[in-house]
Amino acid sequence: MKGVPLALVVAAMGALALVPFLGTGYHLALAIGILNNLVLATAWALFSGPTRYVSLATAAFFGIGSYAAAGLGEALPWPVLLAVALVLGAAMALVVGLSTLRLSGIYFVIFTFGLSELIRQLVTWWEVNVSRSVGRYIFLDVTQEGIFWQLFGLAALVFLVGWLIGRSRLGLALRVVGDDELVARHCGINVTGAKLLLFAVSAAFMTLAGAIMAPRWTYLDPSIAFNPVISFQALIMALLGGAGRLWGPLLGVVPLTLLFEVLGANFPNAFSILLGLVFMAIVYAVPNGIAGWFEGAWPRAVRLLPQKAVR
Amino acid sequence: MLILDIVLGGLILGGMYALVASGLTLQYGVARIMNLAYGEVLVAAAFASYLLVTAAALSPLFGLVFILPAGFLASSLIYRVLLVPLVRRAKTREALEVDSILATFGLLFVVQGLAFVLFGGQYYSYSYLSVPVTIAGSTVPANRLLAFAVAAVLAVGIYAALMRTRTGTAIRAVAVDPASARLVGIDVQRVAGFAFALGGGLCAAGGVLVSMFLTFNAAMGVVFTMKALVVVIMGGVGNLMGALVAGLLLGLVETSVARLVDPGLTLAATFGLFLLVLLVKPTGLFGRAGR
Repeated sequence: MKGVPLALVVAAMGALALVPFLGTGYHLALAIGILNNLVLATAWALFSGPTRYVSLATAAFFGIGSYAAAGLGEALPWPVLLAVALVLGAAMALVVGLSTLRLSGIYFVIFTFGLSELIRQLVTWWEVNVSRSVGRYIFLDVTQEGIFWQLFGLAALVFLVGWLIGRSRLGLALRVVGDDELVARHCGINVTGAKLLLFAVSAAFMTLAGAIMAPRWTYLDPSIAFNPVISFQALIMALLGGAGRLWGPLLGVVPLTLLFEVLGANFPNAFSILLGLVFMAIVYAVPNGIAGWFEGAWPRAVRLLPQKAVR
Repeated sequence: MLILDIVLGGLILGGMYALVASGLTLQYGVARIMNLAYGEVLVAAAFASYLLVTAAALSPLFGLVFILPAGFLASSLIYRVLLVPLVRRAKTREALEVDSILATFGLLFVVQGLAFVLFGGQYYSYSYLSVPVTIAGSTVPANRLLAFAVAAVLAVGIYAALMRTRTGTAIRAVAVDPASARLVGIDVQRVAGFAFALGGGLCAAGGVLVSMFLTFNAAMGVVFTMKALVVVIMGGVGNLMGALVAGLLLGLVETSVARLVDPGLTLAATFGLFLLVLLVKPTGLFGRAGR
């Protein structure tokens, strides 16, 4: 049982790595979608899993990354740009976290709920009043394969960082915070500091994903970059897979990305309705995610096995 | 007179926020449901009012007679079908909060998607009582004044009902302490469901009033939810008087920013105010310590 998660992650990443060599352009686009959602959902669960704070701000960070790439892409070399996006996302997370994470979780949810809308309106205001145009064209010399491998590296990095955090003092502190915050405080854990650090790490990954994905659009405006559906999809995928485990979101990302692809192609008008229905079905039917269900089912199965063998 | 313009416009807008937020404070403060689909109910009511006015040629005030009970019944149904299973499942109050946030977030997308399918993304408005009225040198459209008057009547009515009636007292008892309320013979789940439905009714009324003088579209629910939440936090969760005062305050702040700085920055002003409250007094302007 212990090796299953690692094998799962390695197998999934290995299968994805074959796509640029074996698949068509359509497969590559699909794989990019899966990797993007994988980064967002895993980064989301990295923070929201242990702390149980529901963050609805994925689109805010993703959009900041996209706009950083659109605004500075021609002025800065690409690696520098990624570094700038990372710093922007983490700084933004620190501001949001410092003002809300020391309070009860509900303030954080409300704040993140409106954050994408706020930044969208601020960017629109800036573009109208300062840049004098709402949309931007992005002409960067990045191929589909380039985007794929950057996202692939980012996904691998998310898993690596998540694994390292799980083994560190921070990871231990977060497990205590998740179980009982009061106990954690009495153990001398800096609860707010731990949450803040993790939120910044999670936000940095989301911002990077946004920056990497930006060249795919060619045309970018605030309603594309800060689309609330991005926050929604990351949340739903992480929940279906199971936010409590690092490898959990993977189990939700792959089936749901494929499902949304089919739904989006066949029912473009009713897409939002179907999305909402799938989401509610998950909240009611699989509250602990596939990972939680699997971990509950595994010991039950093991308990049953020897009895059958005796008979 | 710029100042008078701002005060009048701010109070009228704030009156709408106060009414809408008082519904949400009932839902969150009493039923403990953090309803992220709240603004969608408001937008649905605005569209219903639009249909009644344009297709059936009814006055929006007459429409209110239908739409307010409809909002009440729809919210009651949402509570019974969608939320009671979550209330039963939740072990703690925090667990219910998280579950209700997730469930209503899904509901938000369903309702918004339906509104997009039915009405598309464009803005809607209808003309009703667009007659200028001059008050002390400042000109206000009559429809805004009427909307404010109706909102004030509803707010005073609901406040009096909460303070003076038996059911109102039970609602306030559940808001203060659900566990103790059970000890004095209050059916907490029934009262919570009633408060949730009542909040939905107020929200629908707010939607009708807003549709009388604002343009609206299918995507606007989120902004209303956000503003109502900010007002609820500012006023102190479950505190009706606090929500009313904070709503008026938010209307004044937004109108000042729109008139003096830039209309594109009103949401930023809302967030600025929210941040200020969180940093200085997170229990709300009228909230008690504890939560």
